[in-house]
Amino acid sequence: MGALKRDVFQGLADPTRREILTLIVHEPMSLNSIAEKFEISRPAVSQHIKILEECQLIDITQKGRQRFCEPKLDKLNEVAEWIAPFKEMWESRFNQLDNLLEELKTKSK
Amino acid sequence: MNEAKFTVKENVLTVERTFNAPIKLVWRAWTEAELLDQWWAPTPWKSETAKMDFSEGGSRLYAMVGPEGEKHWGLTEFTSIKPVTHFSGQDVFCDENGEPNREMPVAKFSNDFNENNNQTTVIMVTHYASADDLKTVIEMGMKEGLTMALNQLEDILLTQKV
Repeated sequence: MGALKRDVFQGLADPTRREILTLIVHEPMSLNSIAEKFEISRPAVSQHIKILEECQLIDITQKGRQRFCEPKLDKLNEVAEWIAPFKEMWESRFNQLDNLLEELKTKSK
Repeated sequence: MNEAKFTVKENVLTVERTFNAPIKLVWRAWTEAELLDQWWAPTPWKSETAKMDFSEGGSRLYAMVGPEGEKHWGLTEFTSIKPVTHFSGQDVFCDENGEPNREMPVAKFSNDFNENNNQTTVIMVTHYASADDLKTVIEMGMKEGLTMALNQLEDILLTQKV
């Protein structure tokens, strides 16, 4: 397993991350102003933002001393398409299959 | 995590996914009832195979068991099997006796397995009689909490007019 590749569904699986997306969907916001909106610690917010960036759900741009987050709407659209439930079902199956194959590999050594 | 590729064209759906395991193991996981039951049902559902005859002309009768104990029955009929590289057949909705539900779409599937450097790529091609049939099946897709989240997002997107 190389670097953990995150997918969009993982990005959206967490309520805080969905809330962050909802916040910035109308206008880009700085990391600081996003963090202010949450009760959780700033590092925790940063961590969520990092995951959103890894899933390519947001872009982060440096403006002076501030880092601004904006949503990548094409990625969100891709998720909102009608095939989403089908994808979720197979992603869930494949994750379980990955785990099962790891077990089988250990057993067959 | 390996990424799955999904493509839809009219009435044909293709899913491609690579697994970090040799072809023999991947083949077993797709064709042995006991192993299939460990991954075939998306969380929180469980898969229970009632009958398995993995041979040309044979079939697998299985139930998807929901968190409330509700059961959806499915029948997979195998028409062609070439061990470890290919099997094809059709999937139908049925009752607990394996009696097909004629009102529901039939999916003709073809699964191909390729090994490369200890990794195995599976390509599943599924044909439905029509694009409408395919939509029907997908909309029946078992939805988890995530779908609700996606619906919320969809509302946001609709107001965005991207």
